[in-house]
Amino acid sequence: MYSQGLIGADGATEEDEAFLQAFQKRIDAELKIEPNDPMPEGYRKTLVRQMSQHAHSEIIGMQPEGNWITRAPTLRRKAALLAKIQDEGGHGLYLYSASETLGVSREELTDQLLSGAAKYSSIFNYPALTWADIGAIGWLVDGAAIMNQIALCRCSYGPYARAMIRICKEESFHQRQGYEIMIALCNGSDEQKELAQDALNRFWWPSLMMFGPSEGDSVHSSQSMAWKIKRFSNDDLRDKFINATVPQAEYLGLSVPDPDLRWNEQTKSYDHGDIDWEEFWRVVKGDGPCNRERMKNRRRVHREGAWVREAALAHAQKREERKQTSRMAAE
Amino acid sequence: MTDDNSLFDYVIRLADDHLILGQRLGEWCGEAPTLEEDLALANIALDLIGQARSLYDYAATVEGKGRDEDQLAFLRYERDYRNALIAELPNGDFACTITRQFFVAAFMKPFWHAMLNSKDATLAAIAAKALKEVSYHLRHASEWVIRLGDGTEESHRRMVDALDEMSIYTGELFEMDDLSKRMVEQGIGVDAAGLEREWRTTVETVLSEATLKFPEVSHMQTGGRAGRHTEHLGHILSELQYMQRTYPGLTW
Ligand SMILES: [Fe+2]
Ligand SMILES: [Fe+2]
Repeated sequence: MYSQGLIGADGATEEDEAFLQAFQKRIDAELKIEPNDPMPEGYRKTLVRQMSQHAHSEIIGMQPEGNWITRAPTLRRKAALLAKIQDEGGHGLYLYSASETLGVSREELTDQLLSGAAKYSSIFNYPALTWADIGAIGWLVDGAAIMNQIALCRCSYGPYARAMIRICKEESFHQRQGYEIMIALCNGSDEQKELAQDALNRFWWPSLMMFGPSEGDSVHSSQSMAWKIKRFSNDDLRDKFINATVPQAEYLGLSVPDPDLRWNEQTKSYDHGDIDWEEFWRVVKGDGPCNRERMKNRRRVHREGAWVREAALAHAQKREERKQTSRMAAE
Repeated sequence: MTDDNSLFDYVIRLADDHLILGQRLGEWCGEAPTLEEDLALANIALDLIGQARSLYDYAATVEGKGRDEDQLAFLRYERDYRNALIAELPNGDFACTITRQFFVAAFMKPFWHAMLNSKDATLAAIAAKALKEVSYHLRHASEWVIRLGDGTEESHRRMVDALDEMSIYTGELFEMDDLSKRMVEQGIGVDAAGLEREWRTTVETVLSEATLKFPEVSHMQTGGRAGRHTEHLGHILSELQYMQRTYPGLTW
């Protein structure tokens, strides 16, 4: 999902050659860039875009799973799901804070999300229809997220890299938890196995799309690589994900819905069938199954919470005024 | 130990209170006015569900019929749930939810505190853990009551409405029927009626800082402990029990 954060990213930058060379030298020496360090405007913009899209994805991603909290099949699963979604909200919060180190406020970023100017990962525009989807989302969606995020732990921007290290630990816990739901289903009745297979069928391709399209020789992508915001190509990460996941599907006794999927002895990697990039762009541009609903919900929640946020602000102001009045009286 | 079902019935009441309230709070996930509040409400819901699990687990042991926490939580009929009505009331707006949490936490804190002295070691141990958690729940709710009551005109008005809506369900918390009395006599249960004064003081202190007042209540609603619920419980159960009812007898 996080490679998608670079779609449309504009790394164009206007600093002079000497500045850019000095900056590149620091990057090449694997030095971390910190908030107060000088940095090219293009570097800052690219990061803001990627980090905020990552944050938005965490927040919107709470919706499909949140859809199952009240219906989770056991108390243990209910508690685990609630804790997972809470983690995702925490990731969002943490990433907004990390973005703020680049001089952009959470309010601005939220406005960009609500106005539709900022995007979030396409995967969250697919519905969570059955309980098995909760397993598939943890297994595949968190699994794909980890592939990206492990790479991002070495991102050149310090606050982002550190956020990723912390977040990765939780994501891998989510992945295992999702896989464990799948195991329970696949050890269960025929109808449970059917639920599991159906969830894999629906989430497999959208999960592969999370890595974003092949970059070919995209200028933006090579700039991000040079700046070490990005360390692997989308295709490389996607292949890693497929290689890790196919054996897991086999272990579950499920079949991956790709007739062209084949182990390639030469590349020591799986070859896969064509990804439907038309579907991908359709979903990114707003016509996925749930885009409108996700945004409508987010806007509604924001609108409905306005009076609460205003009240909290008003109360804090009153408090401050009272403190000042009593201080003046004391003097 | 008692030779009848009293202990089981008593623990089930408590377990149902926590499950149903936790289920309601879980509905807030992704819906809160701020991201921080989303995390806080999920936290409280998690505490409540955790407490419910310990209690159902204990009830299952006491019953000794091989039922587990999930069978007790998911596979009973409407009239067999014994939670207080306040736990099942709809979330309403944020003021309503906060008021409900505030009233319940202000009750549960002294309740768990008293339960520390229970002769029943399991209940006393559950109380020790729950007491820490509910202390935070009460602080969290109190702070919001104050912010909303002493915030804007709109938030104040919404708090007045919420108090009006929720207050009529608070009397039930202090009721002592035969079962509760028996449990107190045996040194196991808590004298809920005896907690009313402390509750009242907590509530009035916070409300006065919030520039609010506890409304006049002409009649307190009751019935949950006898399985006479509001119309809302059936809908909660239809979601809560959906998987267990649709796919009976499977492992998840
Ligand atoms: Fe996350
Ligand atoms: Fe996750």
